[in-house]
Amino acid sequence: MSRWTSWLVPMMAGLAAMPVLGFAQERIQDTTARKQPLKVWGAQFEEFEYRYSDDDEELAAWNGDFFYGTDALKVRWLTKGEYSIEEKAYEKLENQVVGQIPISDFFDAKAGVRFDTPKGPDRTYAVLGITGLAPQWFEVDANLFVSKDGETSTELDAEYELLLTNHWILAAALDATVAFSEDREIGVGKGLVSTETGLRLSYDVIDRSFSPYIGVVHERKYGDSADFARAEGGSTEDWFAVIGARLSF
Amino acid sequence: MKTTLLSGALALLLPVISLAGEYDLTVDRVEIDTGDFVKEGIGYNGASPGPVLRFKEGEDVTINVTNNLDEMTSIHWHGLILPFNQDGVPGISFAGIQPGETFTYKFPITQAGTYWFHSHSGFQEPDGAYGAIVIEPEGREPFRYNREYVVQLTDKHPHSGDRIMRNLKMMPDYYNREQQTVGEFFSDVSENGLMNTVKDRMAWGGMRMMKADVEDLQGFTGLINGKGPDQNWTGIFKPGERIRLRFINSSAMTYFDIRIPGLEMTVVQADGNNVQPVSVDEFRIGVAETYDVIVRPRDDKAYTIFAESMGRSGYARATLAPEEGMEGSVPELRESARLTMADMGGMHGMDHGSMEGMDHSQMAGMDHSAMKDMDHSNMEDMDHSNMEGMDHSQMAGMDHSAMKGMDHSNMEGMDHSNMAAGGASDPFYAPGSGLVPTAANGGKFLSYADLKAQSPLYEDREPTRDIELRLTGNMERYTWSINGVKYEDADPIRLQYGERVRFKFVNETMMTHPMHLHGMWSMLDVGAGQWNPVKHTISVQPGTTVFMETEVDEPGQWAFHCHLSYHAAAGMFRKVIVEGGPESTKAAVSAQTTGVGGDA
Repeated sequence: MSRWTSWLVPMMAGLAAMPVLGFAQERIQDTTARKQPLKVWGAQFEEFEYRYSDDDEELAAWNGDFFYGTDALKVRWLTKGEYSIEEKAYEKLENQVVGQIPISDFFDAKAGVRFDTPKGPDRTYAVLGITGLAPQWFEVDANLFVSKDGETSTELDAEYELLLTNHWILAAALDATVAFSEDREIGVGKGLVSTETGLRLSYDVIDRSFSPYIGVVHERKYGDSADFARAEGGSTEDWFAVIGARLSF
Repeated sequence: MKTTLLSGALALLLPVISLAGEYDLTVDRVEIDTGDFVKEGIGYNGASPGPVLRFKEGEDVTINVTNNLDEMTSIHWHGLILPFNQDGVPGISFAGIQPGETFTYKFPITQAGTYWFHSHSGFQEPDGAYGAIVIEPEGREPFRYNREYVVQLTDKHPHSGDRIMRNLKMMPDYYNREQQTVGEFFSDVSENGLMNTVKDRMAWGGMRMMKADVEDLQGFTGLINGKGPDQNWTGIFKPGERIRLRFINSSAMTYFDIRIPGLEMTVVQADGNNVQPVSVDEFRIGVAETYDVIVRPRDDKAYTIFAESMGRSGYARATLAPEEGMEGSVPELRESARLTMADMGGMHGMDHGSMEGMDHSQMAGMDHSAMKDMDHSNMEDMDHSNMEGMDHSQMAGMDHSAMKGMDHSNMEGMDHSNMAAGGASDPFYAPGSGLVPTAANGGKFLSYADLKAQSPLYEDREPTRDIELRLTGNMERYTWSINGVKYEDADPIRLQYGERVRFKFVNETMMTHPMHLHGMWSMLDVGAGQWNPVKHTISVQPGTTVFMETEVDEPGQWAFHCHLSYHAAAGMFRKVIVEGGPESTKAAVSAQTTGVGGDA
């Protein structure tokens, strides 16, 4: 309705102003890129590193994402993995493709799918999440996962960057996973499953594109998940020394 | 070839008809060497900045612009009053200039002064597509000088404009290297105590705002006339001469505080229009503004023109000297600027409860006597009970504009100049703002309030309409808008020919926005009535409200935007349509496009 009236009014006005119409026609419509939503892309790796554990285990690990879109809608591919250099196998390999829309000044909602394809059984989940900047500069990312078989879990990531100087940055990151149902096959028990805590000291070498870092990472499994890991002869707690770089393109 | 023949023939004919000049500009890929880095950019006639175009008032100019790029281009004549289809904004004035095409601009020069030109396509302007315009007046100028120089500033960045925009969208603090660190926390603790410092950090962290958010784009090299600080552009003078310096800020994002240690500067023109002379030690030039100053070096020595960025992250430097090769000392950059809660005053939904220290009861001794006809009726919830015998002359940095709902329109005859008695004070900044400039030598820093038109351009009359434009944005998303709406979603602002519109800018962001209306003059309300200065670009500081009036006397459609390149591109932009008006303007000029066939 209102759309029609908004067309009608200028039309009537145009008719009334017939003599000036020649002039009016010179007014062009803005079809330039400026009038279009700004399309942006970006790629970032928060973590891209080599890990050496207190059990002499060696891992290559990453946590990155690639996005394309506008202020109103972005498509984001998130990728996360841990590759055991000794076993030549992925201990963890997680890819998500989500659509992301703003829901408040500082937060976005996401929805999409997650594919886990490490060694062992694969899993596919539907993802619902929010991501954004909480007060006091905590970057948070909270997700709810529902598997094809109805198993649900959540993951909460929080990160804080402490500026020692404008180039030396100490980043603290905490990831926690809680499962609402058991998935024995992949070693997930009900309740708090695992946490990963990291502390990384980086230096911005090239803008914010290349920031090498060193750090420590602590991984721990809890409750039933820890029991499952023990039963399989795996560890429930690991300390890693890490060296890597934060990347963005 | 064909075009040169044609223009040659035209050049023979035109002088007979009237004062006319023909100019050729090519838009080229050029190399830009700042002394700090070399990059590819865009320039005119093979260089960036382009040539200084010198016109005469009353001249009919023909400018042939040949696009040698492999992308569209355009030239906007910043500050010139001309038919809208000559204004050079693709999508608003015309279709743009295609690669290989020559577009001929034709318009009469109806004004005098210092202006500039730049591309209005993509990020070509930050990439180097800009130049200066100097227009000689028909009559005598109300000031004397022996020589003149254009001093055109820019903030040349190693990254391309597209890359900068993308980085800012990805990470709004990508280029901010003036952020508060752990070290600053401890120095604040020793100065203000632990609790105060923690409270302060919590207050800012709670808003998710940064005190250090003064300059989005850092890491640039300040250029003057295309020369970096080490390349040191030098203007020659003979001691005792009066030199007119035509300062133009062609930066993408950077405000500069300009001083010439050892010289007093007399500001005689702002944005191309003469102002009543005012002597200053330092002045701040907003993006896209121009200021003409006259200096008179008497000693046989070199003087440094020092232009510090507002946030103090960079600088430009040049020299005035009796002979080439002489150098003056280059001052150190001052401490980086920090916003205060006062600059957040305009933020939406902000908790003012945390603004302790805004205690009006301390304003004792106030003298209202000079404030005639002031309308207090709209000032809700203000407790004046403790304000006994107040004298405004003591109120450093008081800005009434932050008081929402307060009607300034009746404050004629109010003399703001008395309020500048204290140290850091400027009525065009929020009271207590961290951005209030002070002169490095402790002397006089130019304020908008000092600008009075030399001669009014229009008869003074009551505005026929008020339009409020809230300057809005979200730093974390790097979205910028007007009234909360980005250009992509916005309807045009419709004005009627013959109106006098009073624009009210309310800056609800924590950044400074230089607002530029194309095609018509912006009369900045400094409280001087008909002597209000006539400008083309008006800086609106965070947390302030600024008024400007425009006589709507040019039909057509025009751009109206924040002149910070990346704010405009992120949406702080509008199309203005002037409806009605004489049809004759249509016939006066018609754009001509000559395709350069065969060359490709």
